[in-house]
Amino acid sequence: MADQENKNNNSEKKINRRDILKGLATTPILGVFAYDFYKKKALARLKDKAIHFNLGISNENPKPQEANKNNGELVRIGIVGVGGRGTALLKALGFVNKGWYDELYNKSKLFDKGAEHKLQTYYNQDMLNVQVVGVCDVFDMRAEKAINTVSKGMQPNGEQANTPGVKRYLRYQDMLANPEIDAIIVSVPDFHHAHVTIDAVNAGKHVYCEKALTLTEDQLHRVYAAVKKSGVVFQLGHQNSKNESFKKAKEIVDKNIIGKITLIEATTNRNTRPGAWYRDLDSNGNPKPGSTKTIDWDQWLGNTPKVPFSIDRYYGWARYFTYDTGLAGQLFSHEIDSINQIMGFGIPKSVTSSGGIYFYDKNTRDMPDTFQSVLEFPDRKFSVLYTAMLANSRSRGRVFMGHDGYMEVGGRLKVYPDRDSTQYKEQLKAGILKTNEPMFVYPKNKIDVDGITSASEKYYAERGLINTSVGGKNIDITHLHIKEWVDVIRNGGTTACNIDKAFQDTVSVLMVHRSYVEQRRVEWDPIKRRIV
Amino acid sequence: MNFRKKLSVEVLNKVSDNKETILNTIYTKPQLYLLVLLRVIIGYHFLFEGINKLFSASWSSEGFLVQSNWIFSNLFKFIASSPTLLAVADFLNIWGQILIGLGLLVGLFSKYAAYAGALLLLLYYVAYPPFVEGYTFVDRNLLEFFGLLMIALFQTSQIIGLDGLISKIRSEKNG
Repeated sequence: MADQENKNNNSEKKINRRDILKGLATTPILGVFAYDFYKKKALARLKDKAIHFNLGISNENPKPQEANKNNGELVRIGIVGVGGRGTALLKALGFVNKGWYDELYNKSKLFDKGAEHKLQTYYNQDMLNVQVVGVCDVFDMRAEKAINTVSKGMQPNGEQANTPGVKRYLRYQDMLANPEIDAIIVSVPDFHHAHVTIDAVNAGKHVYCEKALTLTEDQLHRVYAAVKKSGVVFQLGHQNSKNESFKKAKEIVDKNIIGKITLIEATTNRNTRPGAWYRDLDSNGNPKPGSTKTIDWDQWLGNTPKVPFSIDRYYGWARYFTYDTGLAGQLFSHEIDSINQIMGFGIPKSVTSSGGIYFYDKNTRDMPDTFQSVLEFPDRKFSVLYTAMLANSRSRGRVFMGHDGYMEVGGRLKVYPDRDSTQYKEQLKAGILKTNEPMFVYPKNKIDVDGITSASEKYYAERGLINTSVGGKNIDITHLHIKEWVDVIRNGGTTACNIDKAFQDTVSVLMVHRSYVEQRRVEWDPIKRRIV
Repeated sequence: MNFRKKLSVEVLNKVSDNKETILNTIYTKPQLYLLVLLRVIIGYHFLFEGINKLFSASWSSEGFLVQSNWIFSNLFKFIASSPTLLAVADFLNIWGQILIGLGLLVGLFSKYAAYAGALLLLLYYVAYPPFVEGYTFVDRNLLEFFGLLMIALFQTSQIIGLDGLISKIRSEKNG
């Protein structure tokens, strides 16, 4: 009783209403919080629900194919032409110069990322179980270097090759006569492609030929007939078909993700002298090697008009229409191959080209330095516009334009929605898609171009002509392309750029070139199979 | 008595009874309300971040940890590389933020919540300080860190908050 009173008296210690209110004063904010959070979540759910956004396409990297453990029988190869491209093809086969390898190896040990990256890309190649047993080149220095590379060079497994008795041929005809050789790689200047290829297939050899296939329509028909008749395995050097982002681009077109495509823009953007095929000087500005003592100039000229030896002409032949189809054969060929792969259109109905030599001295070249060509596909209802600049390097990409969006296809693939798209109207309105943000990117991670120093190489890399990413691994696409050729030789099947596909692409190239040379619109007659 | 000393936590802690009365003599009304407001909004922020992480199934601290860019980056990346450590880090982050947020908001164990929150923010700051990227050294984490230190030293939950109510219930029982 006394206790009770005591407590009652001590009113200060008693909890009153005011104390409780003060204690719980901030607690109702939890209610505000709950409402706030619910609202945010509900809004997000509503957006997701209202606009179920799913492109139905994955940007995951494909799994690498199981390395073919049983590589079957050894394929013996002869190579005609071991300049820059020929050397790259030897690398794609799995042979690099030991000096080159050692330099990269030593640099990578000193934590040079670029060197490490280049080396790793090489290690990522499969061993193809091939030998290069014959080398043919008109230039002694190049032939000797190539022999060294294929007989004692380094292979992707990190081991040194050991192929004794690699023979150098002065004339490719002698090499074709060697029955031990199964297949021939043709990487001579373009004006030699047709006759070397025809002779090789007539000799029963499988052929991998660099682009552009031929200089003229007649040559093309003869090559086509010869390859068809012989039944050998033929592959044109349009290695783009092995780039994963081009495969993904095809999927995007097939799934109508960017809507009806009516214009495709392909471009070339260069601004260096070597990029315009002035290649007589090395990177230090010194003249490149070669003289009539070491180069069989007459054989190099073949049946073209006799002109005195010129080191500039030897390295820069692509500038002259006597030896090449200019920008059409050199760079447009890769563009049309890429686009044809994605769109599958075959041959254009008509082509109009124009341009001129507006930057360089017109006495030093036939090839224009500013060039544009319009290819019409009225049946498929779209145009292809190719524009080439050799005096400005602003990257203009390779762009497919559809009603619902556009797609930029290079080493990396990006898809953007169009502001006035019908298909994505709701998503754009809800802010789920934005016109300045890609709605699809492939591959997710950027493809490394570390260690690529030369402007031309960087150009090729940007346009997806060098490496691709498979299972997160960087791989040289030329390796994949040449591997496909070797696999088909062994196991049968079809190459991606077989003679039919090569025929289509080459007709486009020749139409583009001829329209420029003849300054008129040219058309394709599908019945006569002739350019008119 | 020295005003600064009056404010210090040590002194407050020594005065075991009737903290509210002491604090009421220190703060003016506007000061008190402003301090409560600071406590509440930082608490709200922590609670929101925590609950949001709890409800988004895909959230993980991995992305943040691997981006760590300063002198401790190896430690943070090591945590990210170990699934077990990462799971612990994720759990502590989510529930740490929720409990700290609740504590500050309702004024329960506010002092400890403020110190714990400050520690978390310091970790976020050193993992990814803005100056490494060429920006100034001040960022939201740093500001909130100092805000929490203020809250820890200038207590208000004894006046407005559950801490005050609990003290009263205790003293009533003891009394």
